[in-house]
Amino acid sequence: MRLPGVGAGLGRGLVGLYLSVIVLLPLAAVVNQSMEGGLGAFWDAVTSPQAVASLKLTVICSLIVVVINAIFGTIIAWILVRDNFPGKAAVNAVIDLPFALPTIVASLTLLALYGSDSPFGVDIAFTRAAVVVALLFVTLPFVVRAVQPLLLEMDREMEAAAASLGAGGFTIFRRIIFPNLLPGLAAGVALAFARALGEYGSVLLFAGGLPDTQVSSVFIRSQIESGNDLGASAVSVVLLVASLVLLASVTLIQRWGSRHERSSGGGLTAMPISGDVLTEDKPKERDDE
Amino acid sequence: MNNSTASRWGLRTLGLGYLALLLLAPLVLIFFKTFEDGLAPPIDAITSPDGLHALKLTLLMVAVSVPINTIFGVGCALLLVRHRWKGNPVIDAIINLPFAISPIVIGLSLFLLYGTDGWFGPTLADAGIKILFSVPGMILASIFVSLPFVVRETVPVLQEIGTDQEQAATTLGANARQTFLRITLPAIRWGVAYGVVLTTARVLGEFGAVTIVSGSINGQTQTLPLFVEKQYANFNQAGAYGASLVLALLALATLLAMNLLKRKEA
Repeated sequence: MRLPGVGAGLGRGLVGLYLSVIVLLPLAAVVNQSMEGGLGAFWDAVTSPQAVASLKLTVICSLIVVVINAIFGTIIAWILVRDNFPGKAAVNAVIDLPFALPTIVASLTLLALYGSDSPFGVDIAFTRAAVVVALLFVTLPFVVRAVQPLLLEMDREMEAAAASLGAGGFTIFRRIIFPNLLPGLAAGVALAFARALGEYGSVLLFAGGLPDTQVSSVFIRSQIESGNDLGASAVSVVLLVASLVLLASVTLIQRWGSRHERSSGGGLTAMPISGDVLTEDKPKERDDE
Repeated sequence: MNNSTASRWGLRTLGLGYLALLLLAPLVLIFFKTFEDGLAPPIDAITSPDGLHALKLTLLMVAVSVPINTIFGVGCALLLVRHRWKGNPVIDAIINLPFAISPIVIGLSLFLLYGTDGWFGPTLADAGIKILFSVPGMILASIFVSLPFVVRETVPVLQEIGTDQEQAATTLGANARQTFLRITLPAIRWGVAYGVVLTTARVLGEFGAVTIVSGSINGQTQTLPLFVEKQYANFNQAGAYGASLVLALLALATLLAMNLLKRKEA
């Protein structure tokens, strides 16, 4: 449906107003607060030992998490597309559980599962390993849901051709399959990384806020509670910049992934939040212009 | 057993084993933990005045945030897809922000904007409007975190359906409202519904952003996820798990709805 000429302008105005009030103004307030004492104070806040320790822990844990995600996410996507086993539909459905389950519930159950009462006898609560496991839980769907549609669409004749020319299983994966999956994998990894950097709820009860396990979001929370708005804002701005860079890279990856289908999607992004990223259909007809 | 069967079984075991340990075990454990000491303790906790209030407040968050973001989402998706404009990529980028920003940063941003020293805080306080540590602030936080879902789910569907039918309707004399209600909306309804389900799930479970702006006052500004944390902090395991079970059941209902809608969409 097209809005009449004036309608589109009015619509844009309303959308702009809504986004400003809901998203942009609040974020501007954080940036403004972080610069309250000038650049020097900002820098001091970001480089305070506690802030640096939290940022370092967050980045290292998130990197570990995305590497594990890339490997297991691809394996899971693979068995969901290429393998057949009883209960596959149920497994496919449960992949999105981390998107649906509240993070605080995840934290509580991970604590019960891998804490001092662990039925498996694995007690990693309040350690850095707990941070990693909590982040693994919440970021699980991203890579699976980004890789899955690409695997579904992949032309299997290429693999057959490679096999007939004598390529082994590993060579086929490395030379044929992997390059085709790379755009999805990269987008999934970038989104998982962004999510991991900012995660709070799932880490809270399971890993706690000990000096050793304090990720940046927990650090920000503690700064707010102790009334240090500048310290909280400064680290928030660092996270904010990281989010922007990661989102921009997702957009670039998607352009790169769809470079053969130019102009597809009109430059709008698709997110692997529902299992159909990077499968943007070309709009049939554009009635504008 | 030849080589390819072996590798298939290997991958299957790895993938499913990983899922069992990371997803399935926690889910199953919630049920066990909740009823560890019988039915009474968790039920008592949820039906306590604070528990019931938390449940009601959570549903209120959903009842306000979801319709607002749905109307915005559909309108915004129509603008982005049907009206090419040089500012569209900017709008598109802003809409994705809540996906990537830490909920704690979102909470802090509202805390600063509406706080006593914030840009809006003093003016609103003079007018007698309380945003922080009360329901309006929590609603703003819920709207912020769940903003992208309807837009993101509606845009690809709108792109896919094209404009042929809408043009036909217009040619036959339908006005904009008729075209939208009779042609566009029915065509995009499953995509929108999917976005609504994701929005609802996010609002139900939001913890980080809401925890900062709410103050988590028992029986006043406590949603169900905040109730879980408070109960845990007060060593009331049964209460924490009881509320968790309610949230987990809602999550399972969400998953079920997602899968039904995906099938409709396909």
